[in-house]
Amino acid sequence: MPATAHIEFIVGAYGAGIVVIVALIAWVMFDYRLQRRILAELETTGISRRSARDSAERTVSDGA
Amino acid sequence: MTPLTALLVRDMRIAVRVGGGAMIGVLFFVVVVTLTPFAVGPDLALLKRIGPAILWLAALLASLLALDRLFASDHEDGSLDLILTGGSPLELVIAAKGLAHWLTTAIPLIVAAPLIGLLLDIEPPAQAGLVLTLLVGTPALTFIGAVGAAIAVTLRRGGMLLAIIVLPLTVPVLIFGVAAANAAVAGPVPFGTPFTVLCALTLASLVIGPFAAAAALRLDIE
Amino acid sequence: MRLSELANPSRFLRTANLAIPWLAGATAIVFAFAIYRAMLAPDDYQQGATVKIMFLHVPSAWLGMLCWGLMTIAALGTLVWRHPLADVAAKAAAPLGAAFTLLCLVTGSLWGRPEWGTYWVWDARLTSELILFLLYLGVIALWRTVEDASRAARAVAILTLVGAIDLPIIKFSVDWWNTLHQGASVFRLGGSTVDPTILIPLLLMAAAFTLLFVTLLLAAMRNEILRRRVRTLRLLQASATG
Repeated sequence: MPATAHIEFIVGAYGAGIVVIVALIAWVMFDYRLQRRILAELETTGISRRSARDSAERTVSDGA
Repeated sequence: MTPLTALLVRDMRIAVRVGGGAMIGVLFFVVVVTLTPFAVGPDLALLKRIGPAILWLAALLASLLALDRLFASDHEDGSLDLILTGGSPLELVIAAKGLAHWLTTAIPLIVAAPLIGLLLDIEPPAQAGLVLTLLVGTPALTFIGAVGAAIAVTLRRGGMLLAIIVLPLTVPVLIFGVAAANAAVAGPVPFGTPFTVLCALTLASLVIGPFAAAAALRLDIE
Repeated sequence: MRLSELANPSRFLRTANLAIPWLAGATAIVFAFAIYRAMLAPDDYQQGATVKIMFLHVPSAWLGMLCWGLMTIAALGTLVWRHPLADVAAKAAAPLGAAFTLLCLVTGSLWGRPEWGTYWVWDARLTSELILFLLYLGVIALWRTVEDASRAARAVAILTLVGAIDLPIIKFSVDWWNTLHQGASVFRLGGSTVDPTILIPLLLMAAAFTLLFVTLLLAAMRNEILRRRVRTLRLLQASATG
């Protein structure tokens, strides 16, 4: 049997694999950066979590 | 941004959000198609023959699912009254909402249809014809459905009644949609004949739908 | 570090931040080696080179099922032991499992077309795998329907436990029914019947996929914890300024 019979299906399958894996990695990475960015923005407006506040003694945070 | 464009964008944003119905529509579509071989048997030849019909039925039911929230959710939180007293003509408002519904419900469905068609062993020329008929026919489903949604808006648990009102009205669209899809594959009738009728049905619904729905809303709300 | 000590989200984040880069590196290395061995593997005397699709298809099937198994344990963790990170793990795992199951369906379909002449057939194994994919989508939809993730967790946990019945159906479907799909040849009583030149690359690919899953899972769990913090802060902000 010729070695490259049905090569388009093999390439298609591995292509699908690459697309899926890359998409998953990209999604996880972008989501991480997005959440970090939002958290940084929220911190600059002075909001902080109760446990972060407690552990940093009397951290000044207005509006909370 | 004009008020109508703002309304369009708002409706689309709500639809893709949590519990909004955009993704649910496609999921429902896939589930209905998956159920068919359990009911009809796994004979691929049979499935191929009824494939376009199954996909059209599933598209119809999935469209119907999201119609319930076309006016009802706005009615519940009072924004429908705001929209009614706003400056834009009610017919155009309904057209904008209908467009939002079609973009968020029907487009994902049309994109998913070829993949799902593979499950039913539909051949590429039939796939192309099917996608085209869905593209042209689903706006008719939306706008005819809008009339039913407007009639049922003030009713609690109006969802079931909506289905009973809307489904008979969509029968011509279903007939010609499936006929065109089948004609793309085989059969003595050329694709153009039922397809042209389908286009005519959609164009008519784009006009009649908003006017009828507006009349129904005015009757309901006042 | 025991599992119970990882229950604290902040400690988990610290551990995850340390572990993820190493896991990512290990994943890349194992993948590279596995693909190298897979390319070297001999062609099947009947199927030719298309047998190489199996090196993608089988591991993704295994991972799709493993992921639901993990979600099932997480569901028990939520319902029975009330472990605080259980629902985070469950929510993070769902899209990963869905992706692996989808890849299994697509690669299987592309393998089936040249081998058996059809992209799809409604036999027991393929159908139950498709059902698994739909179950994943249902779980993902359920997570998204309730805004508060910790409230959605209990509903999702129950759905996960009920859906777990599909896993033995997939596994034993080729034994219980006459199907087009190949019978069990790796995990069976009496040992595997697959030749080592094919089996070794297959197991290597499975290891690579598993490492990828673990890495992505930890990273996704990290994202989910951060997302919940964002939500908490936003709610605080809204109540403070409102």
